[in-house]
Amino acid sequence: MNLRKYLVLLGVVIFGASGDAFLSRGMKQLGEIPLDHWQKIIFAVVHPWVAVGVLLLLAFFASYMTALSWADLTYVLPATSIGYVLLAFIAKFALHENVTATRWLGIVLIAAGVGFVAQGPALTHHPHNEEARESEVLSRGKA
Amino acid sequence: MRDLYAWLSIAAIVLASTTGDVLLSHAMKQIGDLGELRRRRGLFHVISRVVSTPNFLFGLLAMTFAFYSLLMALSWQDVSLVAPASASLTFIANAVAARIFLHERVDHRRWIAALLVAGGVALVAI
Repeated sequence: MNLRKYLVLLGVVIFGASGDAFLSRGMKQLGEIPLDHWQKIIFAVVHPWVAVGVLLLLAFFASYMTALSWADLTYVLPATSIGYVLLAFIAKFALHENVTATRWLGIVLIAAGVGFVAQGPALTHHPHNEEARESEVLSRGKA
Repeated sequence: MRDLYAWLSIAAIVLASTTGDVLLSHAMKQIGDLGELRRRRGLFHVISRVVSTPNFLFGLLAMTFAFYSLLMALSWQDVSLVAPASASLTFIANAVAARIFLHERVDHRRWIAALLVAGGVALVAI
């Protein structure tokens, strides 16, 4: 793990939380969608708040894919779940949702999970992965 | 009914995004470090390599389904319930799926993280 990789993880956290917040605000403005009018959900993405949310979530997706290219899924997910703490602050202060004491406690537990996983190794080493990389290096050498 | 719909959407999100996460993670491991690849071959090569990987496309399809389920859930419930509940349940499903399908070494540290998150979910959902 180096600075570049931590910045990618930070990108996953920030783009993910802000993207979800924008979606939430947009969907609240659109109102509840009844199941017999489910088609409405398809056009929800042209609502400005939802559209910005989608753009932020695209940035989230790019950082997430980059992180998955060098770290385990079971490392990336908990390491970036600190985003829910960020999301709770956004929900309370920007969206004025009611975040109760038990929800805060739950969010603290989720954040504690981050602490555990972040201390461990980021990637499981599989012998066949290393063989694949080595053969790739060899074939590049030949070319 | 509103709560039942919200929880059904949350279940759909968990199932679809676990499938998506496993497929995407598998695709990315096949490709290798994207940052390194970009330095060597350029951004265009990275993008074309990623979008021509079948598992990436299947993963993306599952994620699209998860996204629309998320929009449905958000139209019925607060984001501070839906987002942590669905993503943390997905995280537990992923720990199991990553061990079975991706052969990741899920050690005690990662299981403790899973339990803490599970406890967190229960509290968030009350």
